[in-house]
Amino acid sequence: MRKFTYPHIGTLSLAIEGLLTGLGLDVVPPPPITKRTIDLGVLHAPEFACFPLKISLGNFIEALEAGANTIIMAGGTGPCRFGFYWVVQREILFDLGYDFEMIVLEPPQGQIKQVLDKAGALYGKCSLGQALSALHTFWRKIKALDFLHAQSLVVRAREAEQGATSKAYEAGLLFLKEARTPQEVQENLERALTLLAKVPRDPAKDVLKIGLVGEVYMLLEPYANLQVEKILGEMGVEVKRAVYLSDWIKEHVFLSSLYLPGGRSVKKAAAPYLRHFVGGHGRDSLGETVRFAREGFDGVIHILPFTCTPEIVAQSILPEVSRREGIPYLSIPLDEQSGEAGFVTRLEAFVDMLRERRSGSKKKQLLK
Amino acid sequence: MAATVGIPRALLYYQYYPAWEAFFRTLGAEIVLSADTSKSILDQGVRLAVEEACLPVKLFLGHVADLRDKGVDMLFIPRMVSVEAKKYYCPKFLGLPEIVRCCVPDLPEILSPEINIAKKPARTVAELRRLAARFDRRPRVIDRALAAAKEAHAAYKTLLQSGCTPLEALNGERADSRRGEIRVAVLGHVYNVNDRYFNCNLLAKLRELEVEIVTAEMLPAEAAACGGKWLQKESFWSFGHELLGAGCYLLQEKSVQGVILVAAFGCGPDSLICELIARYYRRFSAIPVLLLTLDEHSGEAGLVTRLEAFIDMLRRRVAV
Ligand code: SF4
Ligand code: SF4
Repeated sequence: MRKFTYPHIGTLSLAIEGLLTGLGLDVVPPPPITKRTIDLGVLHAPEFACFPLKISLGNFIEALEAGANTIIMAGGTGPCRFGFYWVVQREILFDLGYDFEMIVLEPPQGQIKQVLDKAGALYGKCSLGQALSALHTFWRKIKALDFLHAQSLVVRAREAEQGATSKAYEAGLLFLKEARTPQEVQENLERALTLLAKVPRDPAKDVLKIGLVGEVYMLLEPYANLQVEKILGEMGVEVKRAVYLSDWIKEHVFLSSLYLPGGRSVKKAAAPYLRHFVGGHGRDSLGETVRFAREGFDGVIHILPFTCTPEIVAQSILPEVSRREGIPYLSIPLDEQSGEAGFVTRLEAFVDMLRERRSGSKKKQLLK
Repeated sequence: MAATVGIPRALLYYQYYPAWEAFFRTLGAEIVLSADTSKSILDQGVRLAVEEACLPVKLFLGHVADLRDKGVDMLFIPRMVSVEAKKYYCPKFLGLPEIVRCCVPDLPEILSPEINIAKKPARTVAELRRLAARFDRRPRVIDRALAAAKEAHAAYKTLLQSGCTPLEALNGERADSRRGEIRVAVLGHVYNVNDRYFNCNLLAKLRELEVEIVTAEMLPAEAAACGGKWLQKESFWSFGHELLGAGCYLLQEKSVQGVILVAAFGCGPDSLICELIARYYRRFSAIPVLLLTLDEHSGEAGLVTRLEAFIDMLRRRVAV
């Protein structure tokens, strides 16, 4: 009997769990990420593997321990390492003695049959109607999760009582997790938004705006990024995350399968600085920084895992973007050894600098 | 006076220099190479690059700075995207011209044609022709330059298969044909295995220890395909493909007594490829594997000790 599991990627995990259950499959969700997860991943993964590989390896080990035997994982066609994660993880898990199967969702390269075979393996004991409705709910849920998240970032920067937003947001996530149909998703999203709306605000706060760019996994998984959004929000910073899965899916799955162009404007914004795709999200990080600059943001924070090739390309070019677009940035590589204390200090220093810069430019305007 | 084109003696220099040289020579350009890697080039590169960059890219920046200081008219830094279907070079090669421009100040013009033979063959040729036309407009000469590059590359490959290392071939040294009693595979990116300064003269040390060296370049063309068969997924990096293939091929043949994996500190692809090769050897054979991770501080003494210990161990195993 197959028991399915998958890696954690921020709130996407909630939606995946719902989808698999909706398809009538037996699911063993990976236990929440803890220090132990990271330790396991670090222990068994190659030293210079990128951080997301280590965390998801930890997820797989803990899920297999909890009784899962079938891992669902995404693939890729390069040139960044993500498409090779599963190969390495499979070999490591095999050497550790686990008995399991891996179902890899590679981006289709024209082999319709392979896609159907895989879909067959994932297709539980449910009718076609049920499957379609599960997919529909999944898509709605991702959109709702993204919307709620973006709202929470706006509210947190203005909360009167520290922590109130995070509490409301987490309660809201649980509502969304429980939703089983598209209608329920809509209703529960409204309930969650009401909770957020009730968070008391402090209108006197001088709110800064910071754009968050970088490697996708690191942006989406709060455990990996040391809760950067929460820390900044509680310093009175309205964060805007450049990447949302719903946008990504729209662009890469729907638009590209219909051969519609997507992501043009980010590409175009990056073009004066980097003319070619460099794998992963590297070029986008630059394009998004340009866009944040033009939208009048106070600064940009770039988050990357150590040794991440596409983002190191971006990091090498960011100083140029920052200079020419006139936007300050802070680039922070993270991995299992990154301590929270040092991280918070760097964020504080950056935010202080931005505040001074802002009051400086206000003074200049007054003098004019 | 002919225009001088600077070519950094780093990264893909080790793979394509004969082709590049033939190309520019035919066009009447003068080539200036950066000096051999040295402490000052390494230090310079480390200073210019972002801290997180891998060492080979840092070294590359050091070589670029050396050429700038030599006062070349232009730099040749092609954007190497892909030379085979569904395989790429590492992301850093894809963004190399921009990395260089942003990290090294006061550079002359950079010539960076995009080489993407698999996906955009026509455009690649067009870019090369446009580049060539800057040196000589006559189509006949341009045709000749392209043909000469192709020919030189083929000749270089044949030479490598005959058992000399890229460094020996590039320096016009004759391969040391001494056959040692043990045969050891040295697997790593061509620019790590052949940069004498960076790897503390690894190949010469092995030859001194009377070890016969096998590198990926020396294997028959079909070796590369072995990796994909074992993994059920082909590596989408050209280097990874070649290394995994060589590793698996030699494992099948059981024709080496030991394997030395040469990786660069901070290299993304190496972290996964070397891991897989090491695992397969452990799982399917008793052939020892030594992983050498080269970093800025890898002192020569430490490396030699490890190397000698490894070779000693191999000799004892052969003797029994
Ligand atoms: S984008 Fe970076 S961290 Fe993510 S898989 Fe690729 S190399 Fe690793
Ligand atoms: S393959 Fe590795 S060593 Fe070469 S440029 Fe890429 S990260 Fe650096």
